[in-house]
Amino acid sequence: MSESSTKKAAERRKSSVGVSARDYGLLSALVVIVALFQFWFTDGKLLLPANFNNLISQNAYVVILAIGMVMVIIAGHIDLSVGSLVAMIGAVSALAISEWGQPVWVSIAVSLLVGAVVGAWQGFWVAFVRVPAFIVTLAGMLIYRGLAIVFLTGGTIGGLPQGYVAIGAGWIPDWLGSVNDLDVLTMLIGAAGAIGYAFSQLRARSKLISRDLPRESMPLFVGKIVLIAGAMLFFAYLLAQHNGTPYVLILLGVLVLAYSFVLNRTVFGRHIYAMGGNRFAAMMSGVKTKWVDFFIFVNIGVLAAIAAVVTTSRAGAAQSGAGNFYELDAIAAVFIGGAAVQGGVGRVSGAVIGALVMGVLNQGLSIMGIDSAWQQVIKGLVLLAAVAFDVVNRRRAGAA
Amino acid sequence: MSDLILKMTDIVKEFSGVRALDGVSLDVRRGEVHGICGENGAGKSTLMKVLSGVYPHGHFEGRIEFDGEPVEFRSINDSEHTGIVIIHQELALSPYLSIAENIFLGNERASRGVIDWHETNERAQELLKRVGLNEEVTTQVLHLGVGKQQLVEIAKALSKDVKLLILDEPTAALNDDDSAHLLDLIRGLRDEGITSIIISHKLAEIRAVADTITVIRDGETVDDFSMSDEDNSESRLIRSMVGRPLDNLFPPRTPDIGDEVFRVENWNAFHPVDTGRQVVKDASFYVRAGEVVGFAGLMGAGRTELAMSLFGRQYGAHVSGRVLKHGKEISTRSVNDAIANGVAYVTEDRKRYGLNLIATIAANITGANLRGVSNYGVIDLHDEIEVAEEYQRSLNIKTDSVSRVVGTLSGGNQQKVVLSKWLNTTPDVLILDEPTRGVDVGAKYEIYGIINKLASQGKAIVVISSELPELLGLSDRIYTISEGRVTGDVLRKDATQERLMQLMTVGEN
Repeated sequence: MSESSTKKAAERRKSSVGVSARDYGLLSALVVIVALFQFWFTDGKLLLPANFNNLISQNAYVVILAIGMVMVIIAGHIDLSVGSLVAMIGAVSALAISEWGQPVWVSIAVSLLVGAVVGAWQGFWVAFVRVPAFIVTLAGMLIYRGLAIVFLTGGTIGGLPQGYVAIGAGWIPDWLGSVNDLDVLTMLIGAAGAIGYAFSQLRARSKLISRDLPRESMPLFVGKIVLIAGAMLFFAYLLAQHNGTPYVLILLGVLVLAYSFVLNRTVFGRHIYAMGGNRFAAMMSGVKTKWVDFFIFVNIGVLAAIAAVVTTSRAGAAQSGAGNFYELDAIAAVFIGGAAVQGGVGRVSGAVIGALVMGVLNQGLSIMGIDSAWQQVIKGLVLLAAVAFDVVNRRRAGAA
Repeated sequence: MSDLILKMTDIVKEFSGVRALDGVSLDVRRGEVHGICGENGAGKSTLMKVLSGVYPHGHFEGRIEFDGEPVEFRSINDSEHTGIVIIHQELALSPYLSIAENIFLGNERASRGVIDWHETNERAQELLKRVGLNEEVTTQVLHLGVGKQQLVEIAKALSKDVKLLILDEPTAALNDDDSAHLLDLIRGLRDEGITSIIISHKLAEIRAVADTITVIRDGETVDDFSMSDEDNSESRLIRSMVGRPLDNLFPPRTPDIGDEVFRVENWNAFHPVDTGRQVVKDASFYVRAGEVVGFAGLMGAGRTELAMSLFGRQYGAHVSGRVLKHGKEISTRSVNDAIANGVAYVTEDRKRYGLNLIATIAANITGANLRGVSNYGVIDLHDEIEVAEEYQRSLNIKTDSVSRVVGTLSGGNQQKVVLSKWLNTTPDVLILDEPTRGVDVGAKYEIYGIINKLASQGKAIVVISSELPELLGLSDRIYTISEGRVTGDVLRKDATQERLMQLMTVGEN
């Protein structure tokens, strides 16, 4: 390599590290919060196997909704209706089983379909009639909550079958038995995840090296892999001591991977970022902005349906008051995860970390026995602080 | 010697190690119009931000004396209290407030918090008279054109008893009439004793209005002369700005013109809101392979409207007419149709219509042709970077990495990114709308070179420009447009500024 190209490559590496420093910052904030609760506030109770299991299953809905919400917010919209939608679809889902006598899979299929139809309804108003999403989804928030109460005639539908309840509150059976009270299958899943992660990172890096493209420094790279793969193994170890792998965790894993791919690697994902960054320029480049808007809302409708099934099955019953404030949890997670209010910026990984921050707060504060009213106060302040920190940081970066 | 109103000495301003200003000095005499010239990125705007307190005292080195006293501004409010008012390129008026409300915004005519509307409107009326704006003071600002808004800004400055008025690119968005009126106004204010600093790219304009000119290059003052000096020529200005003599503003080209590629017949378009008003009237034109065709017209003549209605109907209502490529009719009904048929349009307003400023250079370059770097809807991010780096090299985009965000680039480099984006759609017909707007002299020359290269590759090129010398320097043939009609088709050898101007001002009948 000639001297100048070595120098150029070095400069590129430096610049790329600067770009991703933000992501590391978010991750380290999560680590600090977990550490604070684990070692200080809860005397090691936060990461007890049973509590860790609950942390995942109780907050799965935030992750699922935040994934849909981050796409809506990147495109420059907002969705206030998902909480009510969770209640309404939960009601439909339970009705399908208990009133119409359908099997579990039909109930799930009907839920997803209703989610897609409601999403299309909202997408139609936003994309083609150009009613602001704030208004369309505010209307939806009222409509779906009202319909949920109508469908359930004000009460609840309980007594859902075991097969349905398992989705939100069940574990993969210990097909491979256990060793030293550790579920072998869960440890294997953890190991597979860790190895898969390390392997995919190495492959991506070797591709970058072969084309001499910007990449992070070696120590940072190795440190990142050790930290994340280690965390995966550790979490698998925690779950293996309890009841094994929750089905919901697998669902979350699939959704996170799939949507990261959609946003980072597909033309559709790129169009969302392009629209959020500059809608006019996107139009002038041939992006079908109306259809992209439409499908973003169809998508979050479907994700709300998934969240509805998970929530209803975990509760074992459909309730007209379910999903209250879920939209705000999801929106908070997305903004804690570094999305910009004016659109164009945001990532699935950020939204997931934001959801985990909210989840750890929920869980940790509950373990500490803090009153739910004060929990809300604390979560509100964390959201404000996180976004204020981001805004100030960005301004500083912009001024330099 | 003469009385200095402003003396800035050895100003140094660094941004994280990079010296944007490296010892600039500026002397402005009381009662003169002082022009400041320099390429984009030379440090003009930074210098004005230092002067007006945007960068507070202590964040830069050097001394500022105003009216003979050393001053230490901590904010824009401080400098305004002293009598220094800046009018930025992007106007800062509130569209739904009236002219009078805007003039006294932040400086309300009020007693104990209650606004005295009589005094507000009366004083606003006087100020409008002073700047020569004939409008009701209760008119909402959004109903005014850019030129009139500029005058409201000046009225606002006058309401604050301004001593030194700074205008940053005041005529960039104005047509010739409005520009002329503004320059007259600045002269008038000088005669009333108000000193002005004017920053502009338009050298002819600077030379026409300024008494003294300072040239800044790479953060240093490189030249400073009075218009009464013996050598006050434009070539001296350009020489100082670019640091080398630019004997020829346009790179040479030997045209190699082939067969007709693109033809538009009987094109009509109406205003999108006021749908009774026809903006493009029965326009027909053609472009041949390897030919550069210019479009000349005054502001509002319908040049951009013609181009944007052609390109995917992005402008206008009731659009009609025929578009042919190589003699066969094609559709340009949607942007995707236009792109698929090899037509590209590079906008005159790159920040609004051309770029996603918060995305990377690479993402912008592939933005109009993601298909080229993707399979089954999945983007190959490595291919994308390679494509972008190819354009970075061939168009000489100055950046250390194509993963940088576009908003951090200078105007000239941003323009090259927009050009790359459209070249990446492999067009046969390239419509360039004001390709050198807001671009410094050096980058202009590069862009002309790129246009010539594209023509030599056999592409059919349309250049729309407000600058007649640019059209005369680039084009093989020039169409003139007036009031939505094509009024002339002039070969380069027959074209003069006077002849074009005459065709551009042909009225109805």
